[in-house]
Amino acid sequence: MVYGILRFINFAHGDVFMLGAFCGYYLTPRILPYFTGALAPLGVAVVLFATMAICALIGMLIERLAYRPLRRMPKLTVLITAIGVSLFLEYAGQFVFGADPKAFPELVADRALENTGALTITTTQVAAFAVTLLLLVGLTFVVKRTKLGMAMRALSNNPTAATLMGVNIDTVISFTFGLGSALAGAAGILYALSYPSIDPLMGVLPGIKAFVAAVLGGIGNIPGAAVGGLILGIVETFVAGSAYSTYRDAIAFAILIIILLFKPAGLFGKVQVEKV
Amino acid sequence: MNYKHIKQFALLAALILAAIASYFSGSINPYYLQVILFIGINITLATSLNLINGYTGQFSLGHAGFMAIGAYASAYLSTEHSAGVFNALGGASAFSIPVVFASVLLAGGIVAAVAGLIVGVPSLRLKGDYLAIVTLGFGEIIRVLIQNTDAVGGPRGYSGIAGYTTLFWTYAVAALTIYVVVSMVDSTYGRGFLTVRDDEIAAEAIGINTTRYKVTAFVLGAFFAGVAGGLYAHTTTYINPSGFDFQLSIQIVIMVILGGMGSTAGVAFAAVLLTLLLEYLRFVAGYEWLPDLVRRIAANRMIIFSLVLIALMLLRPQGLFGALPRMASSGRKPPKPEPGPTISPS
Repeated sequence: MVYGILRFINFAHGDVFMLGAFCGYYLTPRILPYFTGALAPLGVAVVLFATMAICALIGMLIERLAYRPLRRMPKLTVLITAIGVSLFLEYAGQFVFGADPKAFPELVADRALENTGALTITTTQVAAFAVTLLLLVGLTFVVKRTKLGMAMRALSNNPTAATLMGVNIDTVISFTFGLGSALAGAAGILYALSYPSIDPLMGVLPGIKAFVAAVLGGIGNIPGAAVGGLILGIVETFVAGSAYSTYRDAIAFAILIIILLFKPAGLFGKVQVEKV
Repeated sequence: MNYKHIKQFALLAALILAAIASYFSGSINPYYLQVILFIGINITLATSLNLINGYTGQFSLGHAGFMAIGAYASAYLSTEHSAGVFNALGGASAFSIPVVFASVLLAGGIVAAVAGLIVGVPSLRLKGDYLAIVTLGFGEIIRVLIQNTDAVGGPRGYSGIAGYTTLFWTYAVAALTIYVVVSMVDSTYGRGFLTVRDDEIAAEAIGINTTRYKVTAFVLGAFFAGVAGGLYAHTTTYINPSGFDFQLSIQIVIMVILGGMGSTAGVAFAAVLLTLLLEYLRFVAGYEWLPDLVRRIAANRMIIFSLVLIALMLLRPQGLFGALPRMASSGRKPPKPEPGPTISPS
């Protein structure tokens, strides 16, 4: 989403994701004890929203300090800054949180709801799915139905015209960053629910692989990116289960080479002709 | 004496200086000697990356991968396959060692260049951020492949490499790299690199094969990175795949950015500066009288790197010496270089 509006890739997104997981890690023991019994789901919601709020603040702070001064700079400058911010979050995270993986607390009691032998559905999976759905609906509402959402779409469509129509670019971009970061933070918690081992570098590989998925599916094509992500996930799981499991992290890039060689625009992408 | 002769003369002078310095290297403290060697290797790495990132404008984050290939290829050849050559030349002598070393370095460079070609052809179809990510990915693939190759030690690393690297070799290679890059960019052919960077569409319109130029820059850069890797392997005598990771690529990129993309002198200077800074941080981390926090930050170099990177982009995006040397470097008037990313205090 941030990419759609700002036209640049926020390398630090994966790291905000990591920060979200760590927020959950530190907030849970402080908040959850106040909500016992039937109120427990409410406690989880509070943790989630607090995390999202903190991540939104961090996202806006990053935008204000690092990206806003560079808005009219060449893309490469912004790209390098983004890499710098990403590295800073990773290694400052390592410095503050410690480099060793931490066990994420159990927010939702993990038990099997449905067990048909081959297929098991757990409460965590249901919770993650429900929260994702809720957030997606919320996001759609914000983008489609609110005034700020309209401003965001206008900016993405044509920045100059939007400014002329009285859209305050700084506010909107800051808001977009906040929203995107809040979602990344929530994703961090959801991820940590299913894979309860978190460390400061956990955001790196998901960030890069999301990128590979985007190239695989065709740049600037959202359904394509989703299919690309699916293909990538399936292939990786198969490789991890085979005798070549040590090659798992390389396989994403191996797929990428093949795609680039034979179908450089991605699976579903159109070849774009650049105009002057 | 025209400009071309000055360059050749400078190369010759650098080679002679390196040879003289090498003669006295026995009397230098081994630690300092190693730092000086690392400086030379980093100059080679940074100037070769500058050809790709600075002059041709293709942002690559995979330089450590090519260095790793060169390091492993040359180390493997010199450790496992040099015995026959030594026998033929009458044992290890002042004559045979340089011959063997030069050929394994060259071989390492060539293997890295081939890898550069394989990586470059598909990935250079992408631009900007996508290219950066993909090259980063290739760097990682190379690392994973080496990690899974048992013939060179796999994850245990590769040890027992002969310590052939001397001051002469390191600085001869550094001088040669600078010479090649500078002559390349200054030549009629090499102006194509700058054209590709400045405006790809215009370059294509005047009949420049942009893909060809990009791949050429990539292969040439990879070649020198491979040679630098060979030098590195024969300096430390032990190499480990995890030593050639993303951090190292970033380190080289920072040298290029700090020096100013597209400024060979600036980049070489930044390589010297950054290598010294890194070594100095080691001492800072050991100073007892400093507050614990400062020492811990000094021990974690990546925090400092990332802050330097952000600060540099905000305050001086063209680097310390951006667009400086080409103005001063010629008798004939060079075409005015693109103003580059200018600072606007907004």
